[in-house]
Amino acid sequence: MTVNVTELQFQAQAAESAPALAIEGRSQWQLTWRRLRHDKMAVASIVVILLMALLAIFSPVVAALLHHPVDVAYPTSGLSAAGLPVSPSTHGFPLGTDNIGRDLLIRILYGARVSLFVGISTTVIATVAGVTIGLVAGYFGGWIDTLLARFIDGVLAFPVIVLAIALAARFGPSLLGIIAIIAFFSWAAISRIVRGQTLSLKEKEYIEAARSLGAGPWRIMFLDILPNLLGPVLVLSTLAIPGAIVFEATLSYLGVGIQEPNPSWGNILSEAQSTYQVAWWYVVFPALALLITTLAFNLLGDGIRDAMDPRTERIFAAGGKAAKKRRRAAAAAAAKPGPATPSATEGN
Amino acid sequence: MSDIMPSDTAPIGSLERSLQDDVLVQVDNLVKHFPVRGGGLISRTIGQVQAVDGVSLTLKRGQTMGLVGETGCGKSTLARCIAGLIPVTSGKVAFDGQDITNLSRRAMQPFRREIQMIFQDPYGSLNPRRRVGSIIGDPFAIHNIHDGQKRKSAVQDLMERVGLNPEHFNRFPAEFSGGQRQRIGVARALALRPKLIICDEPVSALDVSIQAQVLNLLADLQDDFGLAYLFIAHDLEVVRHVSHDVTVMYLGRVAEQGPRATVYDSARHPYTAALLSAAPAADPEAAEARQRIILTGDVPSPINPPSGCRFHPRCPKAQELCGRDEPALETRLGDPASHLTACHFPVQDGEILARGSRRDPR
Repeated sequence: MTVNVTELQFQAQAAESAPALAIEGRSQWQLTWRRLRHDKMAVASIVVILLMALLAIFSPVVAALLHHPVDVAYPTSGLSAAGLPVSPSTHGFPLGTDNIGRDLLIRILYGARVSLFVGISTTVIATVAGVTIGLVAGYFGGWIDTLLARFIDGVLAFPVIVLAIALAARFGPSLLGIIAIIAFFSWAAISRIVRGQTLSLKEKEYIEAARSLGAGPWRIMFLDILPNLLGPVLVLSTLAIPGAIVFEATLSYLGVGIQEPNPSWGNILSEAQSTYQVAWWYVVFPALALLITTLAFNLLGDGIRDAMDPRTERIFAAGGKAAKKRRRAAAAAAAKPGPATPSATEGN
Repeated sequence: MSDIMPSDTAPIGSLERSLQDDVLVQVDNLVKHFPVRGGGLISRTIGQVQAVDGVSLTLKRGQTMGLVGETGCGKSTLARCIAGLIPVTSGKVAFDGQDITNLSRRAMQPFRREIQMIFQDPYGSLNPRRRVGSIIGDPFAIHNIHDGQKRKSAVQDLMERVGLNPEHFNRFPAEFSGGQRQRIGVARALALRPKLIICDEPVSALDVSIQAQVLNLLADLQDDFGLAYLFIAHDLEVVRHVSHDVTVMYLGRVAEQGPRATVYDSARHPYTAALLSAAPAADPEAAEARQRIILTGDVPSPINPPSGCRFHPRCPKAQELCGRDEPALETRLGDPASHLTACHFPVQDGEILARGSRRDPR
């Protein structure tokens, strides 16, 4: 019966705080955030991403503190007698050095700037383009849709890496070039989903209501349809960021992305190939940075997706040790008086 | 078609002349066909759904026209044609004396302010992601009327007028009950002070006690603002309660049309008689005494409607003539000139129809 007491207390609290909430309805975003806050994985991911972003932003500060500018090599202290990189925490290099005696930690932190900037900026461009094209194709239909849908299919059908290498080789490696290439290959997946959703949403009665009021197509697309799509779009974009980060690393690894002496996780890994057998840190740390960052974005995307789905509320509500204890107590209480006693926490 | 036209347009034309100032909406011989396309690489039209096939009606200023008929008879399609939401195949819609048939979106814009709609589904017709204040304020935003604080107070006035708490403007539709949501829909339709509100089954999704509240609200608003309603419903009692005139549709055509009292008291078309006999009566004695006419079969496909009178395969009075000749919509059996019936063998006063149809439905 303990569960009923806590449930009653909960309801009493809810009733007390109700007057303050009586006017303001909770939006989808407030509800999503409330659920997301209780998802430990998602919160950890946010912390990791923020930490990585802070380190990236303040990497010059770290470099100044360590007195190791990013592009300065230390042939004497940074390389062993045999001319090989020194291992972590020798001669004041926390993560060791690279091929020519530069501080690996500073290189990785500067690499984070490139990765996060490319990851987020390409995703923003791809999302804006993908959503707009998807909405236009889905809402207008007819030959506009046929044209755009075939274009989307075409982009998705490209052998991405081959074409990206060709394009990068043609236009020369530059940060803007890389962003353009990755964005070009990322919008189509978002577009396709937005188009499909728009096709079904435009048949809703509230769209007809908007049309009967005299709303134009753009107003309907961006004020009536788009708010209903923001959830899936946010999930898609969050999950597109790690893809873009890996894409950039791949291009840089293959030598058509960010060029030396500018560091990027991809080109650090590429250089590490020659010495990784004697200098494990040279491969492990940049790879770890890449892994942790992409994993954090992926987990955050999953967390947002779960938090968007009202059906998962029960899982989070019942999660945690306290809730588990309560549930066990409830099960015990339910077992005693008979199976007919309803259990409040497990109702679904 | 050709034989329905002369008798169809004549009485309404004269009506228009005599009541010119009173007429708000004049629909003449409206036709809406939807093409049926075949599959395959190159789609070609393999048929037409004859959703609305030659309907005429006249709606007077400040009055209510009830539109009844079975599901799929073209009521909602007719409403959408009048509201200019879908293009018309042929025929004419005039609003306030001006032809509004197939106007472009821009040309239609001034008429959008005059013609509003209330929809059947109080859940589907409100955008779940927008706050109620924004939904009701939408007409103002679209037509650039009021802004900022003024729009907010206009929205709150509307909410108060339709019986909602104006403090709730910041809530989402999901936080309201079905009846409250329908009031939101009414407030939105009312915002621009239209002359006509097309109500597409506005109460059929609500439970009975709430239906009465919404109907009374609509009646009050009609008195206050001089609104005209085109009121679509399944429920004959609801239509009787709200309407001045009634149009009964069957399979895209008008079966019977006229003032409420004469249509309900002396239904001439066997289909109207069958509908009336099937409507539940509140008085148990009346229900006991009533002779129910049970129609057999389903509504035939509007892609391939029956020849002659479209009702003949299900009609208890059908004769050979009915399958051959399309009956004209005209005054029958000495009815007043405003009461029109499309039937070769109209029901006499006091006549009891045979139960069911003897013919096999197709």
